[in-house]
Amino acid sequence: MNLDYLFSHKALVWELTIEHFQLALTALLIAIPIALVAGIIAVRFRPTTLPIFTFASFLYTIPSLALLAFLIPTQGIGRRPAIIMLVIYAQMFLVQNIVTGLRGVDASALEAARGLGMRPLQLFFRVWLPLALPVMIAGVRSALVALIGLAAIAGWIAAGGLGELMFTGIGSNNPSKVLAGVVAVTLLAICCDIVLRGVEMLTPAARAARAAR
Amino acid sequence: MNVTKRYPNAPRPAVADVSLEIEPGEFIVLLGPSGCGKTTLLKMVNRIHEVTSGEIYVDGTEIHQLPVEELRRRIGYVIQQAGLFPHMRVKDNVAVVPRLLKWNKSRIQAKVNELLDLVGLPAADYANRYPSQLSGGEQQRVGLARAMAAEPGMMLMDEPFGALDAITRSRLQGEIRSIHEQLNQTIIFVTHDIDEALLLADRIVVMRDGQVVQFASPLEVVTEPADDFVAELVGSHDTMRRLSLLPVVRALRPLPVGGLNGEVQIGENAVLRDALTHLVETGAPRLLVTDDANKSLGIVTLQSVQEAASRDSRS
Repeated sequence: MNLDYLFSHKALVWELTIEHFQLALTALLIAIPIALVAGIIAVRFRPTTLPIFTFASFLYTIPSLALLAFLIPTQGIGRRPAIIMLVIYAQMFLVQNIVTGLRGVDASALEAARGLGMRPLQLFFRVWLPLALPVMIAGVRSALVALIGLAAIAGWIAAGGLGELMFTGIGSNNPSKVLAGVVAVTLLAICCDIVLRGVEMLTPAARAARAAR
Repeated sequence: MNVTKRYPNAPRPAVADVSLEIEPGEFIVLLGPSGCGKTTLLKMVNRIHEVTSGEIYVDGTEIHQLPVEELRRRIGYVIQQAGLFPHMRVKDNVAVVPRLLKWNKSRIQAKVNELLDLVGLPAADYANRYPSQLSGGEQQRVGLARAMAAEPGMMLMDEPFGALDAITRSRLQGEIRSIHEQLNQTIIFVTHDIDEALLLADRIVVMRDGQVVQFASPLEVVTEPADDFVAELVGSHDTMRRLSLLPVVRALRPLPVGGLNGEVQIGENAVLRDALTHLVETGAPRLLVTDDANKSLGIVTLQSVQEAASRDSRS
């Protein structure tokens, strides 16, 4: 077990890393609007919260191989079923944090916003969303890190990405190749985590919270 | 302005058949125990709560004739927890309504500075702070400035000082009174604190179980309570409270025939408590009451103060 493969195939690993990142990011960008709609429904109509949470968690518990087995008959193999799978898995992280974020906003700030004469959309975009944003971005961060890990399975259905190194490495009994994939996935996940933590700290609400210290 | 409200609601209405008429520029305090409907009544004026039936007129317009946001932008609103927007700096909190009204930048900035000065938070020190960097009293001052930003003719205040410590509260009470005297907005102010009500109000609305029990000046509420409930609530039996509300002229006696002898003077606007304090502190047998033009009106003595205070006591 060594890193020889990684150092001798830098260009290939880099290319697959980009591909891997694109896969996870594409899924995330599709997942966010879906989760926003589900989250806002859960917040606006309290009785729907539990069913929505339960459903998102249920989706997350489906093993990825089983999920792909369900998707392949209709979607074939390649990027498409991989992205669908990742969109489904992202929901649990996103929906929970969107709901927690929106619910966590101080009720008196919302009442004041109403009392001062904000329209519903003004209230949402000027007060509610900005205050919920740090928690929501934390959800996006967890989702992206999880998707980067989960996207490795895409290599198994010819969707590209670093999973390809792992699966071909296992097939050809080349542990150094598998390790190269693992190291690259881990580094990618760590980088994404750091970048999104930075974004989180740039939100006005987080800036205000820091100023208090 | 002219306010009428009916709000039937099972099992008993929160606010039942309340009719009030408030003069422009009046400082009205809604007073009563919790659950009496005072906050519900207040929040129906800016439609945070909707009336079940009845009408409310502000400046001659029924409030449901206006789009609700437009109505609210015309009425200042201050709540107990201040409800500042934690992600906005003080200046941006104050500028919220002017921005909704699309004022230009320089006008907004001038207004923000003016208001921060008015509420005792110099813009140079405070404009760029976040709410979390302020004390509770300072936050409430910002809440006040924010509510006044669009120069509303009317302010609704829901126990604005309820969460503050006693010293901060009494300082803010003094300031809201002087701001009211300067700007002369109509203020409707909810509290369950009797002393606060007596101190601030031009007229007090005493409420119980969703109904108005008495609508009168602080003096009248204390000296002529409508019923035992009001008497108990405002402490009509409390002699010091009566002394601090009754004007000194109630104890006035004619000038003595023998002429004056360098008596301590007291203005006719003073209350009996001031007179009593002077009498006790100086040990003088009597005080000379004078009007604004320094003309002698008569005298008060310990005995006349005592008689005035007890004449008004009812049980």
